[in-house]
Amino acid sequence: MSIWSGETQIRAKEIIARYPERRSAVMPLLYLAMAEQGHLSEEGMEEVAEWVDLTPAQVHSVASFYTMYKRERTGKYLVSCCTSISCMLLGGDEVLHALEDESGVPHGETDADGLLSVEHVECIGACGGAVAVQVNYELIEGVTPEKARELVQWLKKAQPAAVNTDEMQELFGGVRSFDWAIRDEDGAVGPYPAFQPLGTNKSVGHS
Amino acid sequence: MTAQLVVTRRMVDHPADSHSIDRYEATGGYAQAKRAVGMTRDELVETVKASGLLGRGGAAFSAGLKWSFLAPARPAYLVVNADESEPGTFKDRQLLERDPHQLVDGMVITSVANEVHHAFIYVRGEYAKPARRVQAAVNEAYARGYLGTGIFGSDFDLEVTVHLGGGAYICGEETALINSLEGRRGEPRLKPPYFPAAKGLYMLPTIVNNVETVSNLPHILEMGADRYAGLAHETDTGTFLMSLSGHVNKPGNYELAHGMTWRELIYDVGGGIPDGKELKAWIPGGASAPWFVPEHLDLEITKDATDAAGSMLGSGAVIVMDETTCMVKAAERIIRFFSHESCGQCTPCREGTTWLEMILRRIEEGQGRTVDLDLAIGVSDGISIDLAWPPKMTTICPLGPSAVSPIKALKDYFRDEVQAHVDAGGCPL
Repeated sequence: MSIWSGETQIRAKEIIARYPERRSAVMPLLYLAMAEQGHLSEEGMEEVAEWVDLTPAQVHSVASFYTMYKRERTGKYLVSCCTSISCMLLGGDEVLHALEDESGVPHGETDADGLLSVEHVECIGACGGAVAVQVNYELIEGVTPEKARELVQWLKKAQPAAVNTDEMQELFGGVRSFDWAIRDEDGAVGPYPAFQPLGTNKSVGHS
Repeated sequence: MTAQLVVTRRMVDHPADSHSIDRYEATGGYAQAKRAVGMTRDELVETVKASGLLGRGGAAFSAGLKWSFLAPARPAYLVVNADESEPGTFKDRQLLERDPHQLVDGMVITSVANEVHHAFIYVRGEYAKPARRVQAAVNEAYARGYLGTGIFGSDFDLEVTVHLGGGAYICGEETALINSLEGRRGEPRLKPPYFPAAKGLYMLPTIVNNVETVSNLPHILEMGADRYAGLAHETDTGTFLMSLSGHVNKPGNYELAHGMTWRELIYDVGGGIPDGKELKAWIPGGASAPWFVPEHLDLEITKDATDAAGSMLGSGAVIVMDETTCMVKAAERIIRFFSHESCGQCTPCREGTTWLEMILRRIEEGQGRTVDLDLAIGVSDGISIDLAWPPKMTTICPLGPSAVSPIKALKDYFRDEVQAHVDAGGCPL
């Protein structure tokens, strides 16, 4: 018996069909498991193991290798601040401190309400738009400590159902790595990447 | 030297819709993929070899030669490496977001050349928006019959799967990427025997090419190998995307022909250093590359000149540091990255990067001792013998040996600054 909803089970089948071998679907299925429960639980990993014919230990060994599979309870909004070299040079540490101070959440932790998690991350490929911050992997470039505080206040007050990269860039961003040019209509609904089938835009499916 | 724009031309000319299939086709897109379907493997491999196209993921290996090594077993696979994670690098992100059909076009060409019927795009997990753009492009290409069964009305089938990573730098290494795509921990494999061209994905022949490399292919076919090669001067070929970040007035991605000097890149293209500050050092090719200092400013930016000066153009990421930058902190930040991203298989890398991070942190925080720099050099020597460049390998993959580049910079150029930290009991800057 699957612990997943019928809709998630359909998605799992679609994902597995995209790969020549079942095991290759482990990573996308781990994101599905996160979407079901908000983080990656032991039972979530056991469920994935069933789908791809692995043991739970094998799935655990995969999940524990990658930083984006959150095996601890994670907030509705995962706020990630880059403090790698290019962002550090332009104030990444100060932006991280502002996020921690305004939210009251030290990096690596989650607030009591389960609303916000704060973390510092290694390079997220936005070095020309330092300092880079992501909320649920939706990017904001050119963030200052002041804007970081405003971002935390906004997340707490507005509690958007989905976070959108262009909206947040307009509200809290500055210098960008390049001209983004075209608005993106998608948004992330939890602390995992908004990529098919997990996001607000249901049109982004696979043919 | 101003380069003729190649892979960034469409996004400059048509900013509003360079990502759409209509704009792509209206500007000549997919004509070369369609043509390639009627060409032989030999013709395509020879054209790419003659173009001199080098892999743009960092290793700068001949793309045509890589293709020619593909073993005869079938099925064969193509994996596009979009796991862009080298600190300072953000060029592939722009190509994925702003011109994803150019990549799909190049993937069709690569797949025909290598008799591939199932190709993958491995996008780093943090690139949610770029992955969405690429998936949308793939969907559009399927809808027009450019992917799927019998593409362009031929009898050639090609499936494309977009795969999202999980947040691990090491998966940019091609054998680690293959392990990851198989649903395993992203640990690099030993070469030999696991050369992807022979024993790659599912132990079958596999081509792994970077996003920028593949994005160049439609242009090589369109303009011909000779004209493409001639875009650059002297020993280099084509154009090259460089990502400029750190202390520069105009950070961003720039498509250049090699041959300008670092001074021109930093002061003209990059607009110089903010607030009129002095340049202290820069990293010429991503965090793995040995650092340059002002004495290198007038070197030409060519692969050969950069190699000869003891560094590399790598992923094309240029990180500029001004006179106020603490070199110990900068070194610590880069080594922290490699320590965090070490997969843990090989002792020199796993233990060495951890110790280097701790030594640098204690110097920065004021508990450093005079012997600590030499201690760090000794630890580095254990990961990368003699701190030679290119490194002598002590590990399965180059991550560990590249991680000592900041220590080499402290040793060669900033010994006094390290000692000043020890004397002052903390950072004197």
